[in-house]
Amino acid sequence: MTPAPMSSVARVRRALTSRAASAAAIVIAIAWTVPTAGLLVSSVRPEERIMTSGWWSVLADPTLTLRNYEEVLFARDGSGQLASYFVNSFAIAVPSMVFVVVLSALTAYALVWLRFPGRDWLFVGVFALQIVPLQMALVPLLRLLSEGATIGGVEVLPAWELRGAFQFTPVWLAHTIFGLPLGIFLMHNFVAQLPRSLIEAARADGAGHGMIFRGIVLPLIAPALVSLALLEFLWVWNDLLVALIFAGGSVEVAPLTVRLAEMAGTRGGEWQRLTAGAFVSMVVPLLVFLSLQRYFARGLLAGSVKG
Amino acid sequence: MPTLPTRRCATAAATWLPLILIASGCAYLSGGGTGGADPESAECAPFRQWQETSGGTVTIYASIRDEEGQRMQRAWQRFTECTGIDITYEGSGEFEAQVQVKVDGGNAPDIAFFPQPGLLHRFVDSGDALPLPDPVRERAQRGWEEDWLSYATSGGQLYATPLGANVKSFVWYSPEFFADHGYEVPRTWEEMIGLSGEIAGDGVTPWCAGIESGEATGWPVTDWLENVMLSQHGPEVYDQWVDHDIPFDDPRVVEALDRVGEILRDPEHVNGPFGGVGSVATTSSQDAGQPILDGECAMYLMGSFYAAQWPEDTEIAEDGEVFAFNFPGVGEGTETPVLGGGEWVAAFDDRPEVTAVQEYLATADYANRRAAEGSWFSAHSDLDLDQLHNPNDRFAAELLRDPDTVFRWDGSDAMPAAVGSGTLWRAMTNWVNGADSEDALGFVERSWPRNE
Repeated sequence: MTPAPMSSVARVRRALTSRAASAAAIVIAIAWTVPTAGLLVSSVRPEERIMTSGWWSVLADPTLTLRNYEEVLFARDGSGQLASYFVNSFAIAVPSMVFVVVLSALTAYALVWLRFPGRDWLFVGVFALQIVPLQMALVPLLRLLSEGATIGGVEVLPAWELRGAFQFTPVWLAHTIFGLPLGIFLMHNFVAQLPRSLIEAARADGAGHGMIFRGIVLPLIAPALVSLALLEFLWVWNDLLVALIFAGGSVEVAPLTVRLAEMAGTRGGEWQRLTAGAFVSMVVPLLVFLSLQRYFARGLLAGSVKG
Repeated sequence: MPTLPTRRCATAAATWLPLILIASGCAYLSGGGTGGADPESAECAPFRQWQETSGGTVTIYASIRDEEGQRMQRAWQRFTECTGIDITYEGSGEFEAQVQVKVDGGNAPDIAFFPQPGLLHRFVDSGDALPLPDPVRERAQRGWEEDWLSYATSGGQLYATPLGANVKSFVWYSPEFFADHGYEVPRTWEEMIGLSGEIAGDGVTPWCAGIESGEATGWPVTDWLENVMLSQHGPEVYDQWVDHDIPFDDPRVVEALDRVGEILRDPEHVNGPFGGVGSVATTSSQDAGQPILDGECAMYLMGSFYAAQWPEDTEIAEDGEVFAFNFPGVGEGTETPVLGGGEWVAAFDDRPEVTAVQEYLATADYANRRAAEGSWFSAHSDLDLDQLHNPNDRFAAELLRDPDTVFRWDGSDAMPAAVGSGTLWRAMTNWVNGADSEDALGFVERSWPRNE
């Protein structure tokens, strides 16, 4: 490239690392954090204080309590019970994440290294599916699952009568379907960057596709897998819409988000519970993100640099 | 790159964790199920007629959730134990949107509780909601007045039974404060305006008002307007107005709105400790009534459900810290106009167990059990008033069954949604902030859907 754009990039870089820019970044970071901090402070204040004064008045009147947490987590039926919804959230998020990651990696490998007719059309089709808003598919998919499908008088798919833990199946299926287009696209780009010579050498040594996938491709795309898993887990954990429609609100299947949305009571009078409830539901994404963030950064970087 | 052992660990965890969770999930799910009661015992006597129904599960979907939802489930628990019919209840804040999705998706609940007749009629028109089976219809006609049932009637068929009720023509006040200053509960509009002037003369702002409610900001003004419409012009004109048989900006409506302005837009009369008229639109409807407890304002118009907003140790009684009186009539009349609302029980299925549940919910036995759980009343004519522990619930229930009472449903819930929960709220917010009465009502008139 010509030197002119380089120097303009360098100028931008200098501008971004100057003292003023750092100060601005700090101000933005603080402004961004203040509402969350306020929520945290509110969650440890007694109910009547939350209702009558702002969280900043804690400085003048430091009365703190863990009652809100106790109420949302373990209280008698009605107000809390978040503990059991916590389990549901895991039961929805973990399998959905595993399905998406496994299927995406397999599909990406097939799209890149298997020769079959219509391969490019398939990739473009998957790519195009990303722009279909999932809201459009909600009702047809729900109808397919609850009524089955009949084409020309022949029952192609029977209606599902799900009991027990299998009540999670529609949510898993929905999240997997909605997560796959992006997952496949991301994984495809990683897998396509692997050096062709590596795969060909393995093939020359007599390795089959299964062997190549497990022995060579998987270890090489591990950072990308982790970042996709992280992305998918956070997405499913924070989802309300899909869960509302495919899981419903019963205590057996509803995740934390659904419970959180109802926790303020029929007329919204008990909103002090939301403060503690929000933090309970935030704990897991925070832990997951903090413990895996180096993979996350590495996975994103790996995509940005042409190998 | 992760080292091999950690990766193996992670892989193992990723493989086993779901399985463990599923297994534990299975265990805790299959552990459910309530202990059945002996069907022959005396406790089960009221449920004998439904015991021939051979069990089954009935799903109910509604907007009632949390504490209120739990109380409701406790009220029908004995029914489920004695008849072997399981009820799976789901309450959601997204009810109004989700029930449509569920029905469209072929996943309709067996029974839904509709908080607005307008929403119910959408499903009646589409043919999804079923007309009441004969035994349920007979119970409904025995339990409720025609004033109520007419809201669930379409083409001569009854589609739903009423469940709970609320009264939206309550004016909350402090009996202690009134007694201390020698004020009397007003019985006519003129007395109420006179009383407001008297309180203002004593240095207290007589009214609290707050119409802020997020997306629904403005709805409390619709209650004001409906109350005045009903008590000034009578139920016939009120019905014509709600059904749009007369224009929304008819001179009679303008007159009623101007009358509301005598209180809501008079700086002498509002707004307690919150500020002047300008603060009405920015004060939350949940908080607006609270200064009554401190004697900083004297009256607040808000539905019977406001009882739950008072701090837990507040004494709600006719001679206590707070109580309510019914919105007084404009002019002379023997009838007491009462504005209110409630829920409707409609079914999307007619399996015998669904009909059994629907029939039970229309009985006085259910009403009494629900009332005994607290904070609830209904317009059921056989409801045992002694089950109502809260004096305000009892007052409301007595009001509803008084033969002089003319009951009308909250009009904005019965209007098309585009108006009743859209332009009307906006217009009323603008009006409180100073817009002209005729302009505000004309705006609503122009927004009324033309094809209806």
